[in-house]
Amino acid sequence: MQENELLNAVLSHLPLASDGGGFHPPSIDEFFPPVLLFEGTPFELNRIMLIRLLVVVVLIVLFYLGTRRMKIVPGRFQSIIEMGLDFVRVNIAEDLLGRKDGTRFLPLLTTIFFLVLAMNITGIIPFLNIAGTSVVGLPVVLAIVAYVAFIYAGLKKHPGTFLKASLFPPGVPWPIYLIVTPIELVSTFILRPVTLALRLLMNMVAGHLLLVLCFSATQFFLFTAGGFWTLFGVGTFAFGFAFTVFEILVAVLQAYVFTLLTTVYIQLALAEEH
Amino acid sequence: MDTTVVAELTGNIATVGYGLAAIGPAIGVGIVVGKTIESVARQPELQGRLQTLMFLGIAFTEALAFIGIATYFIFTN
Repeated sequence: MQENELLNAVLSHLPLASDGGGFHPPSIDEFFPPVLLFEGTPFELNRIMLIRLLVVVVLIVLFYLGTRRMKIVPGRFQSIIEMGLDFVRVNIAEDLLGRKDGTRFLPLLTTIFFLVLAMNITGIIPFLNIAGTSVVGLPVVLAIVAYVAFIYAGLKKHPGTFLKASLFPPGVPWPIYLIVTPIELVSTFILRPVTLALRLLMNMVAGHLLLVLCFSATQFFLFTAGGFWTLFGVGTFAFGFAFTVFEILVAVLQAYVFTLLTTVYIQLALAEEH
Repeated sequence: MDTTVVAELTGNIATVGYGLAAIGPAIGVGIVVGKTIESVARQPELQGRLQTLMFLGIAFTEALAFIGIATYFIFTN
């Protein structure tokens, strides 16, 4: 009993335990903000949906303006657009799929790359502050697109033998199929799309929560706790800034990884020997 | 006789679970990146190819850690 009272006495002096205007750690509710438009209909729009729509509009306008009047000697704006498009074409599509198949799947891969990149980058743009990919819907849609794409690629290239070759890899003695086939089934047809969606989603969720944690802690230390705790506020602010920079890296990296994995899955489906 | 609580933890045990789940992928990512650096040091001209492979390796390894985060949301209901 006495220890408890002692503990309470100590805790009540820590700022984290105070109630009025206390510290609110970020929770999962961050990602389900209140509905803003069309409440009660199936087309309810909240903040994140509006951000997604905004991103789509920005992307369309950007690429329309960037590719409308192409010049042989590109200007500054056109070079940036070309650099981005060239990155997907050369470093991802043609590098892994070869020139012919690379060109065939290029529109899909380019769309995935720039959509994911633009949706991710809203996580660190001031006033938007949440990534369009940080709610499960969009990653799932993109993962389904990738899933359909690689199965389509495989069925088109090896009609009839694709499913057999991916479930029963050749060159294995038959008793091993008892182990290999279930593993291949789960890893190829279930885990691939699930991990594609989860990887993107969880990167964005974790990144957003870290940023919220850093900046709400800064706000709390500076304005609520005061005094000695202000020093901690400086530290958490520095961490928040570092994580913001890190989030830019993560946004680009996840767009790259998502596109790269889609390409690799298509490449594996197209490969002659499974 | 009353049981005496000597020490008490409040909060969710899932945080500890995620910590455990992150150990494996952390080691894995470390190995992938370390080996890539080693290979680039041996053959700098292959850097581009190796970087692509490194990101692939990281993506597959890291997936386990993200499944680890997701299990908390799946199993708390």
